[in-house]
Amino acid sequence: MLSPIQVLCSDITTLSLEPEPFASYTEADIISTVEFNHTGELLATGDKGGRVVIFQREPESKSEPFSQGEYNVYSTFQSHEPEFDYLKSLEIEEKINKIRWLPQQNAAHFLLSTNDKTIKLWKVSERDKRPEGYNLKDEEGRIKDVSTVTSLQVPVLKPMDLMVEVSPRRVFANAHTYHINSISVNSDYETYMSADDLRINLWHLDITDRSFNIVDIKPANMEDLTEVITAAEFHPLHCNLFVYSSSKGTLRLCDMREAALCDKHSKLFEEPEDPSARSFFSEIISSVSDVKFSHSGRYLLTRDYLTAKVWDLNMESKPLETYQVHDYLRSKLCSLYENDCIFDKFECAWNGSDSVIMTGAYNNFFRMFDRNTKRDVTLEASRESSKPRAVLKPRRVCAAGGKRRKDDISVDSLDFTKKILHTAWHPNENIIAIAATNNLYIFQDKLNSEMH
Amino acid sequence: MEVSAEAKRIMVVALGKLYSSRTQRGGLRLHRSLLLTLVMKSARDIYHAAQTTTESMEEEREEQQPSEVKMTTEASGTQELQGPASLPHLAADADAQGDAQNQDDACLGGPPHHTRKRRGKATAEPDFLPCKKAKLDLVSLTNSSVKRN
Repeated sequence: MLSPIQVLCSDITTLSLEPEPFASYTEADIISTVEFNHTGELLATGDKGGRVVIFQREPESKSEPFSQGEYNVYSTFQSHEPEFDYLKSLEIEEKINKIRWLPQQNAAHFLLSTNDKTIKLWKVSERDKRPEGYNLKDEEGRIKDVSTVTSLQVPVLKPMDLMVEVSPRRVFANAHTYHINSISVNSDYETYMSADDLRINLWHLDITDRSFNIVDIKPANMEDLTEVITAAEFHPLHCNLFVYSSSKGTLRLCDMREAALCDKHSKLFEEPEDPSARSFFSEIISSVSDVKFSHSGRYLLTRDYLTAKVWDLNMESKPLETYQVHDYLRSKLCSLYENDCIFDKFECAWNGSDSVIMTGAYNNFFRMFDRNTKRDVTLEASRESSKPRAVLKPRRVCAAGGKRRKDDISVDSLDFTKKILHTAWHPNENIIAIAATNNLYIFQDKLNSEMH
Repeated sequence: MEVSAEAKRIMVVALGKLYSSRTQRGGLRLHRSLLLTLVMKSARDIYHAAQTTTESMEEEREEQQPSEVKMTTEASGTQELQGPASLPHLAADADAQGDAQNQDDACLGGPPHHTRKRRGKATAEPDFLPCKKAKLDLVSLTNSSVKRN
């Protein structure tokens, strides 16, 4: 499964046009979310500047069998703009927090994108024909002089250069007091939920003027606040189930059939804290930054600061598997706290068959863990190691004082400004998208391409 | 005490981060503020716990000057009684300064005049707390000016 990873498309600098390796980028170019659609044909990225860029996979061409499957820019649009809340005197960031695709039901594609406060539904459609031969208008669109029209013609659809049109179809606003961290489309394809720090709302995709509050953990007195919601997701198959994670490291599975307000959970997944590992920062590092259902719906994948855990929905007492992502940071927590890195929120992903999990780390490293063979690999997303068709070399971080091999990186030389927070895995194939600050890397399993 | 110094540093950093988050773009981040508050609370608890243990340890050492084992155990017993009584004071940060002074007096065995003993690291007032001295001087100044009129 973890065969050598090949660079499919070398780093696509989505928004910075500078080719030099040390070109500076603006903060607006930082990618904040990455998401494949349900077929994997399209890949959407959102950035801090409120823009969305959609990539499309080129169909395999028989003439050039090895250039199959490259992703090229399909469309770019401005999804959110910075706003100002006059009542609270607060600026609302335009950064795109999450993008979720709707399953395709007709020729057009739909996606939801959200910033801290507002969710928008976008329609992405293609236009490759245009009508020609109007009677009252000429080729440039000017009104013809009626006296010059001697005969009537029927306008004909003629092919034109492909144009991708994006239009906002719905705007779901004013439903969140706190910052939205997640959106999730329900398997009924009619509803979706949005979660902020303290509340989760249920929306109907066609109705923008109201939503239903399904979880509310705001205490009567805010001074009693002990935990917040960090992520939420609907079950992929059961439209009545959803899960949300908390800053205390717990997961709650809720059933919408039980009550209108799902404050009472159906299941609570919590691992008892190891008292010997207690430190000043125990609360921070146990906060769950991402939660994902497996494609089967049987398992949950969570990420906290140092580990990734796989939970079985049928076992609440402890996770099924725990993977150490970068345990060598455990002794560095104090300095990571001072430079703010301890607050970084890493995402995690399943592969299509739920046999491999992936998550990001620092120094532009990302890690994959094979659940069956228990093998794991550390790879780097960087310009230097990512020429097209190159094979990525596994990397190793040696803990301080450990045996050091050639090419190993020591913990102290890790670059903590280069963090991979957002990763995505193609729903069916071994193709992964890695967001490294302002760059997007797309890698493919070498075996995958050789088979074609 | 290493733990105490680290706890103090963590608290200072947390306060700095909480303060700067107020001016951050996008408004107050609830999750981050909550985590910082939790870290600060646990650091504060550990800091004060470390303070009381160092103070009771110092008191034990003071009593050990007459090198009688029996006397030290008795003395440490009495000092320990004083320890818990002062914890409610320790809980209020503002009183820490005055409290440290009380502990000092107890250590010295109470000479009638108030000696300004050079404080050790452990009993020094936390320097991230607002200083009360300036206010008192101002009050004394205004009092004297009123008197003249």
